[in-house]
Amino acid sequence: MQPISTKPAPPSDDKRWRIVTATMRRHGFRPDALVETLHSVQEAFGYIDDVAMRFIARGLQLPPSRVYGAATFYNYFMLKPQGEHTCVVCLGTACYIKGASDLLAQLEAVTGVKPGETTPDKQVSLLTARCMGACGLAPVAVLDGEVHGTADAKSVSAKLEEWMRHD
Amino acid sequence: MIEERPLFIPEQNIVLEHNGDIDPEVLEDYSKIEGFTALNHVLTEMTPPEVIDQVSRSGLRGRGGAGYPTGLKWQTVAKAPGTPKYIICNGDEGDPGAFMDRNVMEAYPFKVLEGMTIAAYAIGASQGFLYVRAEYPLAVQRLKNAIRQMEKHNLLGKNIAGTPFSFDVDVRLGAGAFVCGEETALIASIEGRRGNPRPRPPYPAERGLFGCPTLINNVETFANIAPLLRKGAEWFASIGTEKSKGTKVFALSGRIARAGLIEVPMGTTLREIVFDIGGGIPDGKAFKAVQTGGPSGGCIPSDYLDMPVDYESLLKLGSFMGSGGMIVMDETSCMVDVARYFMEFCMSESCGKCVPCRVGTAQMYQLLTKIVNGDATLNDLALLESLCDLVRNTSLCGLGQGAPNPVLSTLRYFRDEYIAHIVDKRCPAGVCPVHKREHQEVNA
Ligand SMILES: Cc1cc2nc3c(=O)[nH]c(=O)nc-3n(C[C@H](O)[C@H](O)[C@H](O)COP(=O)(O)O)c2cc1C
Ligand code: SF4
Ligand code: FES
Repeated sequence: MQPISTKPAPPSDDKRWRIVTATMRRHGFRPDALVETLHSVQEAFGYIDDVAMRFIARGLQLPPSRVYGAATFYNYFMLKPQGEHTCVVCLGTACYIKGASDLLAQLEAVTGVKPGETTPDKQVSLLTARCMGACGLAPVAVLDGEVHGTADAKSVSAKLEEWMRHD
Repeated sequence: MIEERPLFIPEQNIVLEHNGDIDPEVLEDYSKIEGFTALNHVLTEMTPPEVIDQVSRSGLRGRGGAGYPTGLKWQTVAKAPGTPKYIICNGDEGDPGAFMDRNVMEAYPFKVLEGMTIAAYAIGASQGFLYVRAEYPLAVQRLKNAIRQMEKHNLLGKNIAGTPFSFDVDVRLGAGAFVCGEETALIASIEGRRGNPRPRPPYPAERGLFGCPTLINNVETFANIAPLLRKGAEWFASIGTEKSKGTKVFALSGRIARAGLIEVPMGTTLREIVFDIGGGIPDGKAFKAVQTGGPSGGCIPSDYLDMPVDYESLLKLGSFMGSGGMIVMDETSCMVDVARYFMEFCMSESCGKCVPCRVGTAQMYQLLTKIVNGDATLNDLALLESLCDLVRNTSLCGLGQGAPNPVLSTLRYFRDEYIAHIVDKRCPAGVCPVHKREHQEVNA
């Protein structure tokens, strides 16, 4: 819990590291800033790689294993870059009852990837979630952050195909 | 107990009062609907023990799942030796199919914070944390905005409303792990660690965040506090049933005509909720079951539609109040597949710390998969039942202890569906592959 006087130098001169450092500073470089700092890396860079984890480890004076342990524990953290677009299919109970697994199966067929994967052209990441809190609209798909209720395979597929055509 | 009931029980709003009338981002709007009158009254006219006494006498119980008496919990933390003391508001809402807390945080951020601040005064805490799942960005934004405005108006921070009492609140983001809703895992997460639960006792009330006495309550529990103190414990205790006081917010979804949030007095029957308020099942289908309590809950069949909904009744039926998700199912849902769905959830969300849960959920999932595929024997069913017993009794935290519940409750009420899959190789609802295979054979 001892604050350190000198902050570690960022891995590169990418300005986004400043946001990460600011998060650590706001928490006095204390170890309990770990999850918050991982959030800020993901928000700034879209994912959390080894370089970022080592930087956080130095900043918060934690063993890298602790940083890696936390980054891999939480489903929300991405350890690989995501595609240009994301499609999240909700597999929560309400969506499941309303046919979310069929929807997902069709989107897997359209994109040719499994949940958690990105199409080879890096255009679309297909993801799943446990409930978006929009259960009244089930089944729900979230396309680039926008919630689509009563999602039908046809219209969602059309959107994904459109994304995959562009490069 | 034959009693005349009106066809439609009007919903009663404590948590969701003034629904839609105010701008959740403007403090003055909240003040106009008696916002902060309870806080001001408490800080200037009441001693901490008097506040706790009111909460105890109201009969309020935790809305996060288990229904622990809120006043008793506050008293334990107030009496626990050690400083500082912390307050945590549990806004993780991990149950799939539940969205009550999201709505409360988005629509009533000031009310949640007012409840937390009153609690802080009552137990002697100086720092609070709101743990909100990262999937709820709007809730996070509104809560942060509400904190800033309250600080500006001296309703948070140093010497609140000119009294000696000081209290700060910070928001912490969850990161997509269901188990972090469990209180000890949540504490680990706020401390920046992996969200692994630890054995209790010691309870967080004695050793919680950073080893200090910590009060953890659910979002809806805190949202009840200001109205309760404004209108008094007797008023609150006059609503609900003998042991479950006040109202409960439920999220109605699934095969139901009108999905959405409702707030009803405790003791309202399932029939009133599903048929009178929710409008029944659409497309002329028949009601089959309602699932409550999330992955630790159970499926309640039509025979019990007239059961009043409260903590004890749901437990008696082999289900669980949980946080308030109610997912309605009709004849198109296969109950074995539903059980398998929840087991998959628990298996994936198991934190892996203890063996019964980590290995047991995977074994039960495999057995359920065998059943839905038509590959199981009656021996597999017996094995499944003994595993339910083992995992329930030997897991470390509520996730593992509750994981067998969906299986046990569907076995209790829909055993014939299991038998149909195993013995007749038939899925009565026509959902499982066992059925499709048979179909293909007929067509071949
Ligand atoms: C696996 C698991 C998940 C939980 N998830 C939540 C949750 O999302 N929200 C919540 O308020 N309580 C959750 N709880 C219950 C909490 O541990 C705790 O009992 C509750 O927050 C206490 O608040 P209350 O007394 O106001 O109900 C969960 C418990 C378990 C075992
Ligand atoms: S019961 Fe499951 S979730 Fe809970 S501590 Fe054990 S492995 Fe982790
Ligand atoms: S279950 Fe899909 S949004 Fe809640």
